[in-house]
Amino acid sequence: MSAIIEFKDVHFKYPEDELESLCGITLAIEEGSFVAVLGHNGSGKSTLAKHMNAILTPTSGQVLVNGLDTADENRLLDVRRTVGMVFQNPDNQIVANVVEDDVAFAPENLGIPSGQIRDRVDRALQIVGMYELRQHAPHLLSGGQKQRVAIAGVIAMEPKVIVLDEPTAMLDPQGRAEVISTVTRLCREKGMTVVLITHHMEECIGADRLLVMSNGSLVDDGTPAQVFSRVEEMEAEGLAVPETVRLAYDLNRRGFSLPIDTLDVSACADNILKEIR
Amino acid sequence: MLKDITLGQYFPGDSLIHKLDPRTKLIAVVLYIVALFQAKGWIGYGAVTLATLILMAISHISFGNIFKGLKPMLFIIVLTALLNIFYTTGTPVVEGWIITWEGIDRAVKMILRIVLLITGTFLLTYTTSPMALTDGLELLLNPLKKLHVPVHEMTIMMSMALRFIPTLIEETDKIMSAQKARGADFETGSLIQRAKALLPILVPLFVSAFRRADELAVAMESRCYHGGEGRTRMKQLHLAGRDYAALVVSALFLAGIIVLRHFGL
Repeated sequence: MSAIIEFKDVHFKYPEDELESLCGITLAIEEGSFVAVLGHNGSGKSTLAKHMNAILTPTSGQVLVNGLDTADENRLLDVRRTVGMVFQNPDNQIVANVVEDDVAFAPENLGIPSGQIRDRVDRALQIVGMYELRQHAPHLLSGGQKQRVAIAGVIAMEPKVIVLDEPTAMLDPQGRAEVISTVTRLCREKGMTVVLITHHMEECIGADRLLVMSNGSLVDDGTPAQVFSRVEEMEAEGLAVPETVRLAYDLNRRGFSLPIDTLDVSACADNILKEIR
Repeated sequence: MLKDITLGQYFPGDSLIHKLDPRTKLIAVVLYIVALFQAKGWIGYGAVTLATLILMAISHISFGNIFKGLKPMLFIIVLTALLNIFYTTGTPVVEGWIITWEGIDRAVKMILRIVLLITGTFLLTYTTSPMALTDGLELLLNPLKKLHVPVHEMTIMMSMALRFIPTLIEETDKIMSAQKARGADFETGSLIQRAKALLPILVPLFVSAFRRADELAVAMESRCYHGGEGRTRMKQLHLAGRDYAALVVSALFLAGIIVLRHFGL
């Protein structure tokens, strides 16, 4: 597999800030992979995300998307149609009064012939499971449904990568589950590269790779199981590990040998039971 | 209370009026308004009223919905009627009264005019989705692009404004509840006091509206929005036979009203 997004020693500083928000990030994201980025507020994870589709460009260093330099303004549209972005607040990214009109917004901007837009919109809505509600007004939908519409709006652009910047922060638990399962399906079934920015560890468990950010730097990188097993380092970064991981970790320190990355409560209980017997 | 606002509301439906091209409806509404202001005598007003009732019947819009929209205008309607009744000179209804037959005649016509004006425009917004409406407006105003009028920008602003009305209403409700929970009082006191009480609602509302606008702009750019140039449409508008028929009927209707006016009817 080849890298679809590449960061080369990227530094970034907001003009009004004294400290750098990104201090020397070097990173390659493989095509077709599911990457989660974890970090507490102000760790620079949103800034990192905004570099992936040229909303922000590096102060120094280089970001390459599918081989294109994001600082090249002539290729801006090519970068943006390769990397779609979903934001935290679904209300502020839906532009139309009808679900299907909103999903059609990006293909319309790209100047795609109208018949093809219809196909793309229908397909995108089916992927996120919102096809039945295509005639609805977005403000009457639940948070999870709105966020799925926003995801459909990005899929209709047919990007290679979809970056989600804390897409579940404003949702209830059910909405969160809807969004995470939709995103996981996009990666596993449609082969789309997914970058999920979050501060919920539970949401990272399905990822191939987990990056941890703190103060503008990458502090950890590995599979979720590898990263979770470093419980103390996580807690030093101000990240609460899931309760089940914490329990397994504490028990392991007292001589148990439990799998560390079990998130399901009953699965965790089964593991402990097995261990005791 | 805020949820009752019917501004820009759309009732989906399947009637002939719903199916007309938005451009046809926009032109027809303009012709309708001109006709309304050309009506002079009772026959003219009767014709416009009858046409409005027929349009309401075809579009399956109930009286209830029209009344709901008229409610905020009630004060203006009553005031106009009273002024016309009391300030028109002519033959008094009863010897020595200030109320004249001419005054009553004029007041009723004014009420009719305002009510029909609002009803006509409601028939447009009730039967046309805001997106279709702005698309239609953009196409109609397209020739102005040659004069460097930013038509696309104006219509996209209009559709964004319509899109965010329900969101901002919801937000206002939330802010009002939050301020009430902390003891704010919006219902009592003098007019000035009540106006002052609105300030703690307006400030957070505007701050949040600007924040939303900022996020929306970034989200739109992320979805490759780069102005009207090279944009296509999923739902392309095209004029069908029924549109031409509707336009011809509207034009003939206006001509008829003008002829009636000529004869003082």
